[in-house]
Parts: sequence; C-alpha cells; structure tokens
Amino acid sequence: MRKEIRRGWDETHFGKMGSYYINRTFFFDVHPPLGKMLIGLAGHLSGYDGTFLFQKPGDEYEHHSYLGMRGFCAFLGALLIPFAYLTVLELSQSLPAALLTAALLTFDTGCLTLSQYILLDPILMFFIMAAMLSMVKYNSCANRPFSAPWWLWLSLTGVNLAGALGVKFVGLFIILQVGWNTVSDLWHLFGDLSLSMITHMSGIRQIMPHMPSTLHWLGLQVTVGKHLTARILCLIVLPLALYTATYAVHFMVLNKSGPGDGFFSSAFQARLSGNNLHNASIPEHLAYGSVITVKSARMAVGYLHSHRHLYPEGIGARQQQVTTYLHKDYNNLWIIKKHNTNSDPLDPSLPVEFVRHGDVIRLEHKETSRNLHSHYHEAPLTRKHYQVTGYGINGTGDSNDFWRIEVVNRKFGNRIKVLRSRIRLIHLVTGCVLGSSGKVLPKWGWEQLEVTCTPYLKETLNSIWNVEDHINPKLPNISLDVLQPSFPEIMLEAHMVMIRGNNGLKPKGNEFTSKPWHWPINYQGLRFSGINDTDFRVYLLGNPVVWWLNLLSIALYLLSGSIFAVALQRGARLPAEVEGLSQVLLQGGGQLLLGWMMHYFPFFLMGRILYFHHYFPAMLFSSMLTGLLWDILLRLCAWSLASFSLAGHVHTLGILSLLLGIAYSFYLFHPLAYGMVGPLAQDPRSPMAGLRWLESWDF
Amino acid sequence: MLGFLQRPVVVTADINLNVVALTAVGLLSRLWQLAYPRAVVFDEVYYGQYISFYMKRIFFFDGSGPPFGHMLLALGGYLGGFDGNFLWNRIGAEYSTNVPVWSLRLLPALAGALSVPMAYQIVWELGFSHCAAVGAALLILIENALITQSRLMLLESALIFFNLLAVLSYLKFSNSQKHGPFSPSWWFWLVLTGVACACAVGIKYVGVFTYLLVLGVAAVHAWHLIGDQTLSNVRVLCHLLARAVALLVIPVLVYLLFFYVHLLLLCRSGPHDQIMSSAFQASLEGGLARITQGQPLEVAYGSQVTLKNAFGQPVPCWLHSHQSTYPVIYENGRGSSHQQQVTCYPFKDVNNWWIVKDPGRHQLVVNNPPRPVRHGDIVQLVHGMTTRLLNTHDVAAPLSPHSQEVSCYIDYNVSMPAQNLWRLDIVNRESDTDVWKTILSEVRFVHVNTSAILKLSGAPLPDWGFRQLEVVGEQLSRGYHGSTVWSVEEHRYGRSQEQKERELELHSPTQTDVSRNLSFMARFSELQWRLLTVRSDDSEHKYSSTPLDWVMLDTSIAYWLHPRTSAQIHLLGNIVIWASASLATLVYALLFIWYLFRRRRRVCDLPEDCWLRWALAGALCAGGWAVNYVPFFMMEKTLFLYHYLPALTFQILLLPVVLEHISDHLCRSQLQRSLFGALVVAWFASACHVSNTLRPLTYGDRSLSPSELKALRWKDSWDILIRKY
Repeated sequence: MRKEIRRGWDETHFGKMGSYYINRTFFFDVHPPLGKMLIGLAGHLSGYDGTFLFQKPGDEYEHHSYLGMRGFCAFLGALLIPFAYLTVLELSQSLPAALLTAALLTFDTGCLTLSQYILLDPILMFFIMAAMLSMVKYNSCANRPFSAPWWLWLSLTGVNLAGALGVKFVGLFIILQVGWNTVSDLWHLFGDLSLSMITHMSGIRQIMPHMPSTLHWLGLQVTVGKHLTARILCLIVLPLALYTATYAVHFMVLNKSGPGDGFFSSAFQARLSGNNLHNASIPEHLAYGSVITVKSARMAVGYLHSHRHLYPEGIGARQQQVTTYLHKDYNNLWIIKKHNTNSDPLDPSLPVEFVRHGDVIRLEHKETSRNLHSHYHEAPLTRKHYQVTGYGINGTGDSNDFWRIEVVNRKFGNRIKVLRSRIRLIHLVTGCVLGSSGKVLPKWGWEQLEVTCTPYLKETLNSIWNVEDHINPKLPNISLDVLQPSFPEIMLEAHMVMIRGNNGLKPKGNEFTSKPWHWPINYQGLRFSGINDTDFRVYLLGNPVVWWLNLLSIALYLLSGSIFAVALQRGARLPAEVEGLSQVLLQGGGQLLLGWMMHYFPFFLMGRILYFHHYFPAMLFSSMLTGLLWDILLRLCAWSLASFSLAGHVHTLGILSLLLGIAYSFYLFHPLAYGMVGPLAQDPRSPMAGLRWLESWDF
Repeated sequence: MLGFLQRPVVVTADINLNVVALTAVGLLSRLWQLAYPRAVVFDEVYYGQYISFYMKRIFFFDGSGPPFGHMLLALGGYLGGFDGNFLWNRIGAEYSTNVPVWSLRLLPALAGALSVPMAYQIVWELGFSHCAAVGAALLILIENALITQSRLMLLESALIFFNLLAVLSYLKFSNSQKHGPFSPSWWFWLVLTGVACACAVGIKYVGVFTYLLVLGVAAVHAWHLIGDQTLSNVRVLCHLLARAVALLVIPVLVYLLFFYVHLLLLCRSGPHDQIMSSAFQASLEGGLARITQGQPLEVAYGSQVTLKNAFGQPVPCWLHSHQSTYPVIYENGRGSSHQQQVTCYPFKDVNNWWIVKDPGRHQLVVNNPPRPVRHGDIVQLVHGMTTRLLNTHDVAAPLSPHSQEVSCYIDYNVSMPAQNLWRLDIVNRESDTDVWKTILSEVRFVHVNTSAILKLSGAPLPDWGFRQLEVVGEQLSRGYHGSTVWSVEEHRYGRSQEQKERELELHSPTQTDVSRNLSFMARFSELQWRLLTVRSDDSEHKYSSTPLDWVMLDTSIAYWLHPRTSAQIHLLGNIVIWASASLATLVYALLFIWYLFRRRRRVCDLPEDCWLRWALAGALCAGGWAVNYVPFFMMEKTLFLYHYLPALTFQILLLPVVLEHISDHLCRSQLQRSLFGALVVAWFASACHVSNTLRPLTYGDRSLSPSELKALRWKDSWDILIRKY
C-alpha cells in the first residue's frame, strides 16, 4: 500500500469527494453520502487537509497524507474475511467450511486489489457482509426471542442495512434479502399455533368457549405482534432513521457553495453559503426589462442557455444554438421584453410594468442580443419536436420570436413570482411548448442538453420552468429567506437528482462496456493504473482459480440441491447424518444462493453503464456458498465410502488440497494486486508470462 | 366384417348451446360491417406495409417483434388475393379497390370473436358455475376496446386469443389429469398448450409473460405430482418428461417454425437489407446477392476487396479513403499527421476498394494459382484509387484523442516512418490456419508496430472529413467488439498491372460465378439477435400514455376520423367494466390475503376444494393480469392504451369469479344473496348501457353531433375529436 504512491482510477473520484467534505463545499454524486463521508472522516482524522487536487489518475500524491483514507478502506476490506468465516461457521456449524471460505476470500486477488484503494466498494461490502452476519446470528438466536443477544443482532442488522444503503444504492439488494428472510421468519411464527397461546388468553377461552372467531383470531396474535413490532423497529425504523441522519449530516457539513449547485433546484441552492441565492434579496415579481435566468423544473437539466455558435449544417436552420446548461454562466441571462415594442423598458420615465399570466413576450439573450425563436424545423435529437434557436439582430426578429408565458395552475391576470411560479412558454405561431428533452447534444453543442419546442401539450416537468436570478433596478429587492425548503423536501430532491444522475450514466456509442455475463467467468479485468511496459501496473481481476471454482460450485449446488429437494418431496428416508447435511445444504446454502442471485441478476436489468467491480458483493456470497458446498460434498463422499478404511481421510485431504491449490494460485497471480513492472504478459520475459489464460485479460 | 351394417350408425353429439350462442354473437359483434371504414385506420398503416412486403416476398425487418403476427395478417391478404400494391403512408387514406379489406381484417376479427366462447370455457373449467362463465363471456363481448381492436388489422386480438387458448388448454389438460393421464385428449390439450404459448410469443414478445405464468402453474402442479407417493418413480418421470417436451421443446420448435416460414417467404432483397450482415444479404435474391454472386471465395494476395464494418452503428459503412488529407491543426488546436484521411463511408463508392498486398512483393495482381491469405498473415492494404498504404501511428485521432490516427501514408520526409503492416486476425476461425473468406470471415486488423486494432469509432468527422465516420487504431482493445471487426463484402481477383487499368477495373462491376447459402439456423440466429438488440428511438406520440393511465382508463386513442363527417373510431373501453374489473382484482387480493392468513392459523373458511379453485382462478386470472401489466412499468418504449388489453382480458375473467364467490360464501342468507343478485343484474345492465352509448365511437358508423360528442367526453383526458365548423 505504501509503495503505490500514485492514485489509481476511481480514486480521483472518491478521494476528491473526501476532500470536499473536509473543505465543506457542496458537490453532487450519484451515490448516497455515507461512504464518502467516512472516507472524508478517515482522511480528516489522519491529518489529510483536503488540499490535494485529485485531477487525473496517475498523479503522484507527493507530501499529502493519503494513507489514512487508504488504510481505512483496507481495514474494512480485511474485515470481510472474518465476517465471511463467521457467517459460514454459523450456517454450517463446520470449521472446515468456514476455513475454506476464508481462504477463498483471502487469496482472491480481486478482493485484495479492490480494498487497497480509496473506493466505496470495500465500505459497501463491509456493510453488506456485516448485515448478512448479524442476520444469520439473530436467526440462530430464534429459540431465545427477546433475549439480549437476539436484540443485539437484530438491531445490528438494521444498522448495517442503513450503512449499506447509505454507501451505494446497491445496498438495496441486501435489504431485500433481509426483508425476505424476515417475512418468511414471521410467516413461520405466524403458523406456529403453540407459540401464540399465551396464558391469559387461554384462560379467557376457558371462560368463553364460544368467543366470536374474529376476536379469537385477533387475540391469538399478541405474541406474533410483538415479534412483528420488534422487527419493524429494528429493521425498518432504525435503518431509516440512521439513513436520514447521514443525509442530515451530509447537508450540515456541506454548507458552502461548490461544483454541485447547478444540479439542484433554486430553492435548494438558497441553503448554500456562497451561492448567489443564499440570503439573496431580489425583486419578487417579474417585470418587463428584467434580466433573468430560467431554470427547468426537471431536475439536473439546468438553465436555458445560448451562445455564439450556430447549429451545424444539416441540423435544422443554421441559427444560433439554444441549450440548457448545468453551470452558472453569463450566457444563461435573458432579458424579458414586450413582443411588439422595442423601447427600453428600463427607461426611468416609463412606469414599471409587470409580466402577467398569458402575456405575449419576447426573450432576448443578453450577451448576443438574439431572440428565443422556434420554427417548423425538426429538433436536433428528438423527432417530431421543433428546433429552438436564437434569431434576429439586436433584438429585431420576426413573429416566430413571440412566446406566451403561462403560469401553471393559476388564474389569468396573476403576476409571476420569481422562484415560485412554475411557468410554461408557449410558442405563439406553432403552438408548441418550450421544453428540455434532457438529451445530450453531440460535440458541436458542447455536450449541453437539447432544448426543443414540443407540440404535445402534455403536462410534464420537461416543459415547466422557473425564474431563478432576477435583476431589475427599478424594483425593490426583498429578502427571500422564506424559501428555505424543509428537510424532507431536500431529501426527496437529493434522491431524485441521484436517480436521474444514475440513469444518465449510459455507455456512449462504440465504447467497450462490461456486460454482467462477463463477470462470473472472470472474462475481463479492469486496469487500475499503468498501461505501458515501464509503468507500475495494477490490474483488477479475480483469482481465476477461485472464481472458476465458484462458478462450478454454483452449478454443483443447483444439481445437488435439486436432488435432495426431489428426494425429500418423494418422501425418501435419508440416514440421519445425510438428513442433517441436506438441511444445511438446503437452508444455509439456500440463503447464500439467494444472496448471490440478489446481488447479481438485477444488473441484467440495469440500463446504466456497468463495471466489473459491481460483481464483488455477489462474489462474496458465491465464495461462501463454495466453502459450504465443498465441505458438505466431501462429507457425503466420506460417508458413502464409509466401508473403505481410508474413508475418514477423504474429507480432510479434500479440504487441504483445495486450500493448497488456492494458495498456490494466489502465489501465481499476486502481482496483479500488488503491482507489476515489466513487459506485458504476452511477452515471455514478463513476470506474468504464461498466466494470460484468457485472451481478453490485458495485463 | 360388415358389422356396422347390423347396428345403426350413431353419432352422439354433445353440443353446449351456450358456446354456440356465444360464438354466434361474438362473430356478429366482430364481423359486422367489417370492411367499413374503407380507409387506413391507425396502426394499419404500420402493419399494412409488412403485409405488402409479404405479398411481394421482399425481406423486411421489424424490430417490434417476431414475425408470426405479421404472417397471420398477411395470410388474410393472401386469402383475399391482395397483390401488395398499396402505399401505406397516411392514416385515413382510402383503400384502392385492389385491397381486400374484409379478408385482411378477417383473421383478427375471428380471433376476437372466438375469445368470447373461450372466456366462457375458461371460467367453466376453473370450476365455477355456468352463470359466471356466461357472465365472463358477455363482458368480453361488450367490451368496446376489445371490439375496436379486433375489427382492424392489428395484432392484439390474436395475442389475446392465443393467451386465452394457452390458459384454456392448460386447464383442460390439468382437469383430464385426474381421470385419464396419457389419454389422447390429455396429450392433445397438453401439446395445444405449448403450441398456443409459442403462437402468443410469436406474435409479440409480451406473450412470453403468459407463457411463463402457465409454466409456473405447471411447475407447481408437477411439484405436487412429485410428492404424490402413490405414483411409481417411472410414472412420475414419464409425467415430467411429457410436460417438458410439450411445454419446453414444442414451443421452441414452433417458434423456430415461424422464422423458417418467414425466411422462406421473404426471399427477395428489400429496403431493410442494410441492417443485416453481408452474408445474410447475400442469401436474398437481388440486392447484394446480385453483386456478390460468383465472387471468388478465398481472399488472395492481390485481391481487390471492400471491407464492411460488422457493427453497423450508427450506420453500416465501408472502409474508405480519398485524396483529402487531415487538416494540419484541428479546431481545438491539436495537430495531425496531415496524411491522407481514412474514414468509414456509408455508401457504395469506388474509393471503398482496397487491395490486399503481400509486404514482401511489389505486385498488386493475383498470381496463378492464387495464394490465399490465412489467419495470422501479415498484409498491407493498398487503397485502390490512390495506391497509398493503410497506416497508423502514434498520433492522436481527430475526434477520439485516446486512440491512434489511421491514415493512408504519405511520405513528407519528416522522420515519420511508414507503419503499414497489419496482422490478419480471423475472429470466427475454426482453426489457426483458416483462409480469409469473402463475406463469411470476420476479421480484425492488428497493427504490427503498435498492436492497435483498426476500429470504427462511429463519430462523424467535421466538414473537412465530409461528415464521414471516423476510423481509429484502438490500442486498449478490450476483447471482442463489433466495431473492430470487418468483413469482405465485394471481392475480385485483381488483374491489372498498371494504375490506369486498375482504376478502370475498380469502376467495373464485380463478375464471376459461385453462389453461397447460409443455413437456416445461422439466418435465424442473426435475425433473432438483431430483433432483440435493435434500439428503436422512442419517439413521443400524441396518444402515448403511461401504465398508470390504463387502470382507470384515463387515456384514449383516436384511430380514425371520417374525412367529412365526425364519424370516428376511438379506442375507448367500457369504463364500467374497467373500473369494476380493477375493483374485483383488489377485492380478490384482499380476500385472498385474509383467507391465507386465517388458513395459516388453521381456520378454514372455505372447504379445501373450494379454496384450491379460488387459488387457481386467482393464479391464472389475477396473475395473468399482473404479468401482462406490471412489466410495462419497466419498459422504455412508447406505450399505448392497447398494450393493456391482454391484461384487461384476464382481469375481466376474474370479475365473475369474484362475484360468484361473494354470492356463495360471503352472503349469509338467501335474502342477501337475492339482493346481491339484483345488484349484479343492475350493474350488468349499466355496463350494457355504457357499451351501447359508446358504440358509435367503437364502430365509427354514425356521425355524432358536436354536442353529443361533448356529452360523451366523460373524462377530460379523453381526446374525442370534435370538428369545428
């Protein structure tokens, strides 16, 4: 860890966010805040001052003390191994199985690489495993409900669930798993008639043998109700409270304006010191002659924007581009004018005239003096929508520059309030509505977002805007402190913006992307740092022996599991020893298999860009399953060979050879994680020569 | 021997007059004035073009689904003697006389009509009374949206028909399981289940959800069968095998059969050829086949070839070069090598020709005998018209600065050496000594000096590159990707020694004589893969809606408006049926949970057989609704009201089931039962009334006055068209 002084890959990302916490500047990220907050905290405690500019992968850290942050992640990553060990031990009650699991994870180069850096994944995996462990523990306390350990494990499960969800939304999968476990648990309790017969109820039954059945039904539920309440408290209320608390801390710490402002609504920004809406005092009602910025009501779309660049040839009319832009900029400023006069409304001799709902207006771009314009040309990206351009010279254009301004859900004649009124701009000639499609324009549009005029008059957030900045020297400024949104509103907005951000992470054009089916077969790794021969290279790739063993084990598990299930369903009588093993296999293994599926299959449905490291939580479950399965299989082997003299050793020998094989493969592949220098693997002189077992591995 | 003469010949027919009557009214409602309106109605404009393609046997590609539905519609056209000559371009256009409207609309209408008696039989087979069964059928009969949808050249009614058929035949099968397993009728219904499922999937992919539902129910039943210890192991195995064959193997075979017939019918090249690979195109008559027919198969040193990129995104294109060079300085200030541009060009052009050259020799003609190029050989690619060599070097590409620029080398004497050796890497080789084959081989070009791979980045170049697509050398290649794979499309052996001659040769069409056939499975898998991966850009539509709008009918679609009067066809459901069906689903869910919890506490409100019937009805009807509805929330395509109709049909089947249950089990006295019966009759009368009121919009046969139309606009969100005079 010490040797590797450059930053790898995503460290640019999360390290930077740690710095933001330390500097208390507001930023935006698609993941919930807990993980980055912990990184920031670790950095802060270890003396990192947040001044290092995480700019591009491969920069040297120089004198900055980054070890605290790395050490923190590495520590959590290391804890995964004992957690997995304990979980399997609890599920199988077999030491060899637990040891095998621990070895699989210790000697996996992928887990090792991933926990060496400042990333969210070790933190996420820590919480997932901790939640799994506490769930298994409280399951095993089921015979002593409401005892101290029972409460402890139950509430720890809740805490860890909150942690997992607070680091990445992927934490949702472990919540689903725990939820499923809890529901089936409760269903079991609910069907247990003996349990619910509490004494005084049976007394009543004796007095009133003909009690109405509903009351009888309700009366029996008291104990079950107690179980239900305990679980609601620990698994729903507690995690929610903690999760909310992380956001509270997040918003409290980040109270300075920063790079994330533009993603959020006007009201949200008013909270941030340094933002121009913070304690702002601006004129309240929109008047002719005001200079304004117009913001889309749809989140993470930004401000109506134009600039001195034309639409390229072949894309509508060759007029000035109009886009939306997320950052604050002079080109976001527009002047609101009457449609029919070009007289300067700021002339002090004229009275102030307010803009009202239903007025026909013209919006002039302040920097270029062109009018917001639309016409019957197709929009650049969205079919059947019209193009929006900047048109005219010095504010003189044509009738296609006229827009009717409407306030949504207001009566006619109302004034338009800055920040509050939700307005629509309807193009007078074509009858279409100004909207943002949210699609990213190609290079010629500087990758800003498309603005169109949509002929479909549906009420969607796309076509609703609000006025944010408002400058008018003729009007009195009033303080807008009242705007402060409440905490639930902030939470909701932050989530909406994150979800939109996540959906926006789509693979572009002809990029190579990782597909979920690549992952379990260890098809392709991820280059962490270094490309050329001379570089110090780290490559994220699972230990192929471990991963392929895991893959094989899943198939074997499905096979052996279904054999046992069918045998039991057919009513076969199994010997007591096999019976016990089959219980462990079906129940313990079933939970692990469920965990693997929960953390793997949903990725097939995701539209966002995916990376290899998304598989690692699933890989933990699959390793635990491998440990459990091989132990049982070897025991079954030993049992069926019981007549031979050496049968007793089959199990020991099997486990030992698996352990040795895994350790040896780690010896072979360890340079992937600890870094390698020298020629690439196809070169026979390389330290990794002969180990490129798949063509697709590019180390 | 002549025994049959001694006894009278007796035919015992067991005719359920209910079924006959329901079929009759179903046919009446769906077939009445079927050829009206004689104009293109809504999506007929979309499916019609495919019918025409079938009639003319021209290959087409429709990313919306598998071909069985289109083929059914085309069958109607075939029966009516349609020649395919009609321009499907505008909704509302009058049909010309050669279009057999009636027979084109006949099959969907029949499917819609037969759904009525099938609804009756399903409810009956679920174990409910005849009264409930007739109720279900009548509700289907008077549901306006179902009538509208099945009277036009659209696919939903056929989809609903096969969904219902799958459920019905599964029920018949599982009911005959008790008394006659492995009897002919048992086999018949079992196989029919599989076939019907395949047909539903073959019409639209959403049919797969009903298939999965039926499979799920069959799996639960099979699991019980495994637990039945009165059966011997062998017998259980036979049962399981029979089910696996009928419900897994047969549907796959039937599905393949659709594609087989589809590809058999569509044998001519057409407007959508470009989407498919060269090999596929070459298997069609005309089009590319005309060019490639008889090309030499093996690429040899001296071959003249065009190289098509395998990815086809954003457009299919060929490796191209031309006289222009890269600008010395790009707009953003970066520099280039100023050598000749190499691009990917989406049109056929003489500049797409390249000559495969042996680096060791100077000649550009094919030896006699030709020396074939093999996997792993080092080659140079000479641009035919300019005789410059394909080259890449450590200069950033114009639009993808992380990749290398690819150029045709011009020696400026500026210490930038030519690096024009490429190693041929055949991706789909069978052995390492495979020969590079025209059309069939997918090859990558690996640069010898830098190990970069020739790749289409897909970015359109600015004006200086004539908006052609950028080609780069990708150094960090990550496994297989279509954009790095090229195939030879046109090919001939070069014969001209001199450049002048060669230019003439390049301009001349390719000649020669071999034909090439692609196996059905190869064609099927390519077509299926394209169907599944094609990305349709979701365009907004005036009448598109979201799944939430459907449950309470908050949306409608105007299908057709008479050119002069305000007679119109509008997809609008019977609001009474929609609302009560949704309510029934809710009631069912609540009752089911209530019973389930009480059973868990060993309180059995229902006798065991009654509970099983109730649960099965819910699994199939409420389950059928859920599986046909919920997935739409996750779909990203443009959605319309008619996507809800399969779900609605299942919901309607549940309605009489719930009503009968309430009357039988929740009404405690005879009085309550009579009262409830009266309520049901009143409710049904109101549904009939609503259906009748909306009839002009369903059939479009009567022009309503504006005030009448306004009066029909019960919800603000219904877009009923009102003419302004």
